[in-house]
Amino acid sequence: METPSARELERPAIPSNRRNRVKLLALREDIPRSVYLLAGSGFIAVVLIAWAIVTYGGFISDLFLPTPTAIIDEGVRQYERGILVQDARASIYRIVVGWFIATACAVPIGVMMGNFKLIEGLLEPFIDLVRYMPVVALVPLTILWAGIGDQQKFLILFIGTFFQEVLLIMDNVKTVPHDLIRVGYTLGMSRFEILRDIILPASFPGVWDTFRITLGWTWTYLVVAELVAARDGLGRRIMEAQRYLATEQIIFGIIFIGILGLVTDYFFKITGAYFFKWTKER
Amino acid sequence: MEHPKVAVRHISHWFGSSQNGLFVLDDVSLSLAPNEFVSVVGTSGCGKSTLLNIIAGLIDPSEGDVLVDGSPVAGPGRDRGVVFQTYTLFPWMPVWKNVDFALKKSGFSKEEKQALVAHYIETVGLKGFENAYPNQLSGGMRQRVAIARALVYKPAVLLMDEPFGALDAQTRGMMQELLLSVWEEHRITVMFITHDVDEAIFMSDRVLVMTARPGEIKQEFRVDLSRPRRYEIMTSPEFVALKHAIVETIREETLKSMVSVSPATRAGR
Repeated sequence: METPSARELERPAIPSNRRNRVKLLALREDIPRSVYLLAGSGFIAVVLIAWAIVTYGGFISDLFLPTPTAIIDEGVRQYERGILVQDARASIYRIVVGWFIATACAVPIGVMMGNFKLIEGLLEPFIDLVRYMPVVALVPLTILWAGIGDQQKFLILFIGTFFQEVLLIMDNVKTVPHDLIRVGYTLGMSRFEILRDIILPASFPGVWDTFRITLGWTWTYLVVAELVAARDGLGRRIMEAQRYLATEQIIFGIIFIGILGLVTDYFFKITGAYFFKWTKER
Repeated sequence: MEHPKVAVRHISHWFGSSQNGLFVLDDVSLSLAPNEFVSVVGTSGCGKSTLLNIIAGLIDPSEGDVLVDGSPVAGPGRDRGVVFQTYTLFPWMPVWKNVDFALKKSGFSKEEKQALVAHYIETVGLKGFENAYPNQLSGGMRQRVAIARALVYKPAVLLMDEPFGALDAQTRGMMQELLLSVWEEHRITVMFITHDVDEAIFMSDRVLVMTARPGEIKQEFRVDLSRPRRYEIMTSPEFVALKHAIVETIREETLKSMVSVSPATRAGR
C-alpha cells in the first residue's frame, strides 16, 4: 500500500553502516538530539529503578527511604486535603515577592556598578563581604528586624538572592563590547543615551539569564525562609515532617520544590530563546 | 593651498604616566585635504589606531590638537563617522534599524530618513536585506552595514580602523572595490588605517607610513594612479614599484621594533 515518494527513489542507496558514523565521545562535538535526550531521561530512569529495587526489595527501611509509591501517595494525600495547593501558593508568593524586590534593587545597582568604576569600587567590597555570610545564620537577625510574618521571609529570600544577583548583573553589563559604546559616542549620543539605547538592550539577554539563575537560587532558600514561624509553605511542610520523621513527606516536598524550580527555569529559557533570537550566531 | 579638512597638529600621546607609561605617538602632524582618501600603514603597535581614535575624539591626546574644518575637536562628534575593525552592529536591530539608528539625532523628517536609509543600504549592495539581523549576515555584509551607518548621517570625514581586517582575502578584495565606488560616488574625506599595503595603495591618494612605536609619520607616498581604479591595477608596474618602496619602508621599522623589544624581553626573564 505504501508507495515510496520520488525523493526516496532518487536517493542513492548508502549502506547504513557507512552513513553518519556518530562518535559519541568526540571532544565538544554535537551528538544527535535523540541520543542526548535519551541519556538524560535514561539516567533519571536508572536512579528510579535503583530506588525501586532497594525499597521494594526491602533492602532499606522505610524510615530512611520510602518506596516511590509511598511518595506518590503522599502527594495525592496532600493534594486531596488541599494542603499542597495552599503550601505552593504561599511559597510561590514569597518567592515571587522576595525575588522581585531583590531584582528591582539588583538591576539598577548592578547596571551602575557595571558602568561606573566609582560605584563598583564603592559597593563591591561590601557586597562581597555579605555574599559570604551564611544566610541561615542571619535568621535570628531577620526576625529581630522584620518580625515573624511574611516580611521576614521576603528579607531572607532577598538576602539570599540580591547579593549574588547584583554581581551577576554587573558582569552582564560589562560584557557589552566597548566598541558598541564607542559607536554611540561617534554618533553624538550622550552617556545617558548610550546607557539607555545601547548598553541596556545589549546586556538584556545576559540579564535574562541571570534572572533565570537567581530565581533558581531563590527557590533553594525557600526552606531557610520558612524555617521559623511559618504556618504554611512547602519549606514549612518539610520542617514539620522532620519532627514526625515523616520521610515520605520530606522527600515529596523536596521533589516538588525541585519540579517547581525546574518549571520556572524552563519558563525563562524558553522565553529567552524567543525574545533573543538575535543572539544566536549562525 | 586649499584649506585642509582635517589637520592633526603635533600630537603626542602616552598611556599611563609620562615617565612609566607607554609612549605611543611622538609629535605626529598631518593633514587631509577635502575629499582626499589617505591611508596610514605601519607595523602593529605603532599607534595608528590610537591616532585614529584621537581624531575621532575617543581619546584625548596628551599633547597637540586636531582641527576639523579649522575648529578644534573636543570629543567625538557627528562630523566624523567611524568604522571599526570589530563588528559593531547592534545585534538586536535589523539592518535598516541599524542604519536608521545613526539618524536618531538628525533633524530629518521620517520620510527623509527612510529615503536616506534605503539609499545607503542600496549603495552598499544590501537591498533586500533590510530586515535581516546581523547574526544572519556574513562578516563582509556586516561591515557594509557599518559603512552605511557611518555614511548615512553625512559626516564630513570618514575614519576607518582596519575595517576589513577580519575578513577573508576574497571578501576583502570585493569590499575594497565596493568602498572605492561608494567613495567615488559620495566623495568624502577618508582616513583609512590598515596594515595591508596593497589595500592602502589601491584605495588611496596618499599613503602615510608610520614608524615603530612611538609612532611618527616616517614617509609619505603619493599614489598617482588614475581613477576609477579596478583591481587589475594591482599588477601594473607603477603599483608594484610603489608597493616595493612602501614595503621596504615598513620592513625597516618592523626590524627596528623587533630589535628594540628583545633586550627588554631578555631583561624580564
